[in-house]
Amino acid sequence: MTPRLTRRRFIKSVIFSGAALSTGAGFYLASAQTRQAGAVERLVSLNINGRTRRVDVMPQETLAYTLRYKLGLTGTKIGCNRGECGSCTVTINDVTHYACSTLTHSVKDKAVMTIEGLRAEDGTLHAVQAAFIAELSPQCGFCTPGQIMSAVALLKTNPRPTRDEARQALSGNLCRCGAYDHYLNGVMRASGQLS
Amino acid sequence: MTYKLIGKDFTPPDIEGKVTGEARYAEDFKKEGMVFARLLTSPLPAGRIVSIDYSEALAMEGVVGILTTEDLPQPAAPANPSLASDEITYLGQPILAIAAVTEQIAENALEKIRIDFERRPFVVDPLDTLVEGGPNPYPKGNTLVRTGGAAAAGTTQAGTDVQEIKWPRDAINAFRAGRDPGPNVPWGTEWEFGELEAEFAQCTAIVEEPFVTIGQSHHALESRTGMAYWENGRCFFYGSLQSHTIGIPALAGMLGVDPANLVFINENTGGGFGGKIFPYPIMAVTGHLARKVNRPVQLRITREEEFYIGHARAGMQGWIKLGLKANGDVGAIDMIVIGDAGSGGGASGPGAANYVSLMLQPAAMRFRGINLYTNTAPRAAQRGPGENEMATALEPIYDKAINMAGLDRVQVKIQNAPDSTGTIGPQRGTLTGSWFPQAIAQGAEMFNWEERKQLSGRRNGSKVTGIGVGMGYHSAGASGYDGLLRIGTDGKLYLHTGVGNLGTYSYASVVRAAAEALKVEWENCEIVRGDSSLNLPWSTFQAGSNTMFTEVRTNNAAAQDAIRKLKQIAATDFGGEAAEYDIDGQRVFRISDPTQGLTYAAAAQRAIDLGGEYSGQAFPEDLNAITSRSVQALAGTGLIGVAKDTRHTGTVPSMTVGFMEIELDTLTGKYQILDYACVADCGTIVHPMGFSQSMRGGGVWGVGLAGYERLVYDTQNGLPANVGLYQAKIPTYLDVPLVTQHGATNIPDPQSPVGSRGVGEPSQGCACAALASAISDALGGHQFNRAPITADMIINHVAQLDHFNTGNLKTNTF
Repeated sequence: MTPRLTRRRFIKSVIFSGAALSTGAGFYLASAQTRQAGAVERLVSLNINGRTRRVDVMPQETLAYTLRYKLGLTGTKIGCNRGECGSCTVTINDVTHYACSTLTHSVKDKAVMTIEGLRAEDGTLHAVQAAFIAELSPQCGFCTPGQIMSAVALLKTNPRPTRDEARQALSGNLCRCGAYDHYLNGVMRASGQLS
Repeated sequence: MTYKLIGKDFTPPDIEGKVTGEARYAEDFKKEGMVFARLLTSPLPAGRIVSIDYSEALAMEGVVGILTTEDLPQPAAPANPSLASDEITYLGQPILAIAAVTEQIAENALEKIRIDFERRPFVVDPLDTLVEGGPNPYPKGNTLVRTGGAAAAGTTQAGTDVQEIKWPRDAINAFRAGRDPGPNVPWGTEWEFGELEAEFAQCTAIVEEPFVTIGQSHHALESRTGMAYWENGRCFFYGSLQSHTIGIPALAGMLGVDPANLVFINENTGGGFGGKIFPYPIMAVTGHLARKVNRPVQLRITREEEFYIGHARAGMQGWIKLGLKANGDVGAIDMIVIGDAGSGGGASGPGAANYVSLMLQPAAMRFRGINLYTNTAPRAAQRGPGENEMATALEPIYDKAINMAGLDRVQVKIQNAPDSTGTIGPQRGTLTGSWFPQAIAQGAEMFNWEERKQLSGRRNGSKVTGIGVGMGYHSAGASGYDGLLRIGTDGKLYLHTGVGNLGTYSYASVVRAAAEALKVEWENCEIVRGDSSLNLPWSTFQAGSNTMFTEVRTNNAAAQDAIRKLKQIAATDFGGEAAEYDIDGQRVFRISDPTQGLTYAAAAQRAIDLGGEYSGQAFPEDLNAITSRSVQALAGTGLIGVAKDTRHTGTVPSMTVGFMEIELDTLTGKYQILDYACVADCGTIVHPMGFSQSMRGGGVWGVGLAGYERLVYDTQNGLPANVGLYQAKIPTYLDVPLVTQHGATNIPDPQSPVGSRGVGEPSQGCACAALASAISDALGGHQFNRAPITADMIINHVAQLDHFNTGNLKTNTF
């Protein structure tokens, strides 16, 4: 993290304005508070789904914003934009992160994987994606990309998790439809423990 | 009956998009030149706007337009206006919208707006406005009244108005103390059947308890989003609704456009749960702003705004007297519900009373209720409105009466459960069919009730076991909508549906009834949905667990129409009567000589050649206008099957029973759900995995309603105290059991072509009731009389500080 982008400053800007009536601050505020030119290099290279993407990034822009609105990777969903729901979960160097609470500038030189990066080049679905279809895991589907990214990260480090380990690993991903059982079934199937 | 498709699992066509991120929700659509809107919302719970100065905002670079109440017609109170000015009735109510080239500019522009407000007194607890001298949430009063005469004279909108209703302070005090408020108070609704006093006189166990349930946000993870643009007088609207075509007339009305000139696109919806059944007010802002600035406009609201604008479950403050006879029959019930309708929308007292009348089948019952407004979030249907919160409140009270009578909880619930002769509500309405007593017995066996109930009250250090059983119900069916399908010259069956995609896959399950009737392989079927320009029929609203009954009927009606036409075409070509022909293997053929026949592809071509009703040039006159336009657009493209469904009779009851074992820690107030088993009586199971999803998802929702979720307000200032998911907690992976069991009676409903009913809402009701029952059981039958039952309430009770819990029926606060 650069000295200019301290955690304190980031949080301060995101929390924003009690003076803004009740206009629901924080939806996208992290993306674009104007800064003096030159404060942070704006044109950056990002490693997204194995590809290098050059993108103009504002100093306080979140990764979720960059992915959705600058790179067109709309599979990453924004459910709360404040680190509560997990719909925007991506992996950064194989570790799950909430993209809504991650500054894009902080992921330079790191490998970001989104839901769009899981499918093989020949179109074959990732094992987790295929298992989630087989177990009818999604309901409305809005939280599904985040659930899948958490499952993918789990299976990287723990290829045969117990059901309880799986639910601990996915517990940062809310599902309002309540499809938790079916997501866990999907994880167990993807890990070869359910046929 | 043996089916090829019904009762079999399948892969819904939209699921791959959900796991790859390719599924498109409203916010994922973009249009060249699109600008972004943000809402200025009220910082006050009640008041009016004296003046607005937005000149500085409008002059900002990048701002392209503003929409105020002057641009929108203002509906009369208590209709929830898209933008408010003269009557602000809740904090967070939209006042105006600004469109700008970026959301940041729009948001910054809002800060430049200067508004002078005039405050009004506000109220967050219904009993505080009901008491004489209490503040009113609206300038004219606190309750909805029906004014048919005034509506006819054109002085009110839709025959409703806001007026004032008050009780003497003594009556309020009695009610707050958990007693009947007495005979001299006015009611909004009253009904009664049977001989109430005579039946109570025959009861040996009578309990009398107050209860409170509180509002909960819908919390759909996709916040309300819309994008609209106009071209040549047509509006293209990308929205997020639970329903699809049934929303078009209402949305068109909001936008002031003929429904024929509205294209509504809604491929996926990120949750609704009752909050997105029909078009909601801010959709008008999106459409009108797009027309005003003549550019595509996207408006999405924040998670925080969802707590204000997104509506919530209605709350109840109630009282119930329940009498049980010595043999376990429910003799009489007397019930009061003061319903909290928030700043607008409906309250749920009547639904709650219908639930009680059905599930307990009392010999006599009286209901009295009032719906009151408060200066809190507007209320809307939420998964089993009335029924599910009542189930949560009722079950421990029912248990208390049963225990008082020294009877078995499950046996008494079976004994009083409705079978097909059961009735509902004040009219004693009939049911299409019910096998709920069998469902309870099936659940008891699955849960091993006889052994498990012995665990009740078992201590393990600071932990104590609770065993609960709860019941859920919702009316699960309507009728009279349209079915539409097309057999193409490629031989494929195109199943057109105006059903929304709210996540249950019911849009796909119901069209399989048409494929089943036409004996078409599922691989040769294509579902046409999600975009009204694709020529969709008039379909039911996607709510109330009703799709599986209602839309199976429409699809079957369309299929039967297609079968009739197939046979008539074959008879025309090969001679004889249509009755001499049958279908199978995607052919229509002569029964006596199967070589005489046509493939569906050839029949579709013949339908085009013959014209008329065969290919949609002619169609039934009783179709909805939306279906008629779709048929006209499809005319000449194949064999058209289209029909308006007939009407069913009686209530379509979907019912569930849940059994729960918990271990409650008396040191922390927390509990772990060790086991949960539930059984549904919801007709034929059409899609087994979809049924599992509904039962399990409903179970999660039940845990939330009974144990966690609540909207609360600062009573000093009217400010919402929980406007985040972490503050109004919904259940996570860690709050629900690791494994659950579920089953079904799987007995067909007699008025559904394949016997199906939905189960989305009762699947929650049985779980929340079972949890409330189990918590009470763990604590020796203690009555919290309140939902949710939170850990702090449990701790207070263990510490003998129950006065913090009952709180004189206070609601909407801690």
